[in-house]
Amino acid sequence: MGAFLARRLLVALLTLLLASLVVFAVLEVLPGDPARLMLGMNASPEALAALREQMGLEQPLLTRYLAWTSGLLSFDLGRSYTYSVPVSALVLERLSVSLPLALASLTLSTLIAIPVGIFAASRRGATGDTLSMGLAQVGVAIPNFWFALLLVYLFAVWLRWVPAGGFPGWGAGVWPAMKALILPTLALALPQAAILARVTRAALIDALDQDYIRTARAKGVSRSSVLWRHALRNAMIPVATIMGLQFAFLLAGTVVVENVFYLPGLGRLIFQAITQRDLIVVESVVMLLVASVILINLLVDLSYALIDPRQRVA
Amino acid sequence: MRKWKLGLGVAMLALSVSMPAFAARTDLVLGVILEPPHLDPTAGAAAAIDEIVYANVFEGLTRIGENGDVLPDLAERWTISDDGKVYTFKLRTGVKFHDGTSFDADDVKFSLDRARAPDSTNAQKGLFAEIDTVNVVDPATVKITLKEPQGAFLYNLGWGDAVIVAPESAATNKEKPIGTGPFRFDSWARGSSIKLVKSPDYWGEPVALERAEFRIVPDAAAAVPAILSGDIQAYPFFPSDGVSQIEGDSRFKVVVGSTEGETILAMNNRKPPFDKLKVRQAIAYAIDRQSVIDGASSGLGTPIGSHFAPHNPAYLDLTGVYPHDPEKARALIKEAGAEGLKLTIKLPPTQYARLGGEIIASELREVGLDPELVPIEWAEWLSQVFTDKNFDATIVSHTEPNDIDIYARKDYYFGYDNPAFDQIIADLNTENDEAKRKELYGEAQKILAQDVPAAYLFELPKVGVWDAKLEGLWQNAPIQANDLTKVRWTD
Repeated sequence: MGAFLARRLLVALLTLLLASLVVFAVLEVLPGDPARLMLGMNASPEALAALREQMGLEQPLLTRYLAWTSGLLSFDLGRSYTYSVPVSALVLERLSVSLPLALASLTLSTLIAIPVGIFAASRRGATGDTLSMGLAQVGVAIPNFWFALLLVYLFAVWLRWVPAGGFPGWGAGVWPAMKALILPTLALALPQAAILARVTRAALIDALDQDYIRTARAKGVSRSSVLWRHALRNAMIPVATIMGLQFAFLLAGTVVVENVFYLPGLGRLIFQAITQRDLIVVESVVMLLVASVILINLLVDLSYALIDPRQRVA
Repeated sequence: MRKWKLGLGVAMLALSVSMPAFAARTDLVLGVILEPPHLDPTAGAAAAIDEIVYANVFEGLTRIGENGDVLPDLAERWTISDDGKVYTFKLRTGVKFHDGTSFDADDVKFSLDRARAPDSTNAQKGLFAEIDTVNVVDPATVKITLKEPQGAFLYNLGWGDAVIVAPESAATNKEKPIGTGPFRFDSWARGSSIKLVKSPDYWGEPVALERAEFRIVPDAAAAVPAILSGDIQAYPFFPSDGVSQIEGDSRFKVVVGSTEGETILAMNNRKPPFDKLKVRQAIAYAIDRQSVIDGASSGLGTPIGSHFAPHNPAYLDLTGVYPHDPEKARALIKEAGAEGLKLTIKLPPTQYARLGGEIIASELREVGLDPELVPIEWAEWLSQVFTDKNFDATIVSHTEPNDIDIYARKDYYFGYDNPAFDQIIADLNTENDEAKRKELYGEAQKILAQDVPAAYLFELPKVGVWDAKLEGLWQNAPIQANDLTKVRWTD
């Protein structure tokens, strides 16, 4: 187990280093001057030069790369060009929305998907299976954006139960903040649940078709006991993989849903930073995301080891 | 009995004093599309900054009113010397910045000197280029001497980029703006909202609102339910494609006004074959302005035939110079030998450009040209089109007020060069007589309408949506601001 962990950590560190090079290089070749973007069409060349100097854009490439990476190592993410506040403060602010939202959506989607997947797999081919998988198919097909708007019109405009969007901040109280996250959680969780339910069903059916299940059944183990004790555990590996991917997506890939609910989440921060060429924010946040994806993958790998002892030596 | 009556009278009096019959609402949530990068209007071009702080938090010597007129602000009155070079401003007294420091002539000198200093990052530094010296005569008097007379000087001082800041707070205005206006900055939850509160010791007429919150709603599709649900009560710059969903609802007002945004198909005049007048004329004839307006601005824009805002008193309607005439366009293209000409049209990420581009491209194909649409981001537009001049044509709205002089700028992106036009702009700079200025503006408009360095499409509309019980918001947008000083709830 120790060697397994050490090998994984080494790979993770190399990935981070490589990612920092790629991220930095890609943003360097991206056309567009942040200073020009901030000062606009009427800016004089002197004003532009003064601003570029202030932002440290006039320094050589290597100096800037080293300054950035050494900053990262000491957890100093730099200062945003556009907002001129520390990037770490911006990220923490956004995480206070994105992290609870991602966790809540993942929890909700798991709570829906796994029972539905098990139900469908245990009744393979029966009406219950067809019906629940039909619904899941619809869930996968519905665009996130459209579903989110549907929820807004129903619960905010028509019923007026929750606000149409926005986030008052946790400072405004736990309930108002949670209330603002109800619709976004639903909008994110249901399509994810649809995917996860299909994966759960497929994995479980796959497991149920294995020889050891037939052997177990032949030994006289009951149908439900086989399902719950033998097949489910094996089916959990692909499910955990998908959940890991979904969590990474929910953390930062939800800019469309964040836009519909005008939530100040991480996705919008990156999107806005790219269009405004706030390079330091893009670089630092992308690195942070790379790090969290690597961490999630590491946890998923570890969970394999827990689910299936054979993985520990692989 | 008398005691009882007296008691009742006192009670009623107390009631009427403490509760002015059904106290009207004093809070307002406004929607804005773009979040400002920071809140210092003297250090950035983003219109989103002015949308929050102009006239609300910061004030200048003069200010621009709803219809583009120049009004006194921190300068109560002024005199101009006969040669048009010396402006003497009498300042308001008893004005305080929000941090309690007093406003006086030193702040004016500081602000103007800072804006034109060598290390200044003012996005409109050019506005101050003609200033020679700024002298403090006494705490309430400032004398500004210009190098050359400048007809638009008082107007220029009304821009958001020319507001008066204090030396104590100038460096931190980006995060915590300190001005002299009727609202104080309260808080900013980045990505979410910016809050202002009424300033208790404002020098001028007190405002009716106690609190104003600007909420950032970046998506047009989200703006409609935000208004319908009442979460947001005013959306002064509303995305025009969402208007149809609100128009029929009596709870809301949809107010269409004008802006300073001339939307044009700019051509690269230094690059063949766009240096040929016939090619540019052909393109102008090929375009049906009304179809572009219908498709790109929900039919709300006003057609223009030159680079001038229709609400301006000096405006001339020149849309008839090159009316939509595909036959003529085809003939001109043949004469110029430009049949099948391939051209790229670079489109920034605005609705008017992306939708307008589709329509214009099909109209150009109709007359035998071969346009290709290239959608790009703003950052790319600024570097490829504006700075490197690497383009054939582009659709863009020039939103700076009164900016016909850009055609006289050397090395400007569309590369127009006409000494006769340059002379008119030079004359305008030194002319103070209103009637003569109007005449000169007319001539400038006519030259551009004939020469078509760009095909003139339409004036960008300002579409505002707000609660029907709200009054005092601007209909027009001579500058992109949300002046809240006159805003009140009526019930």
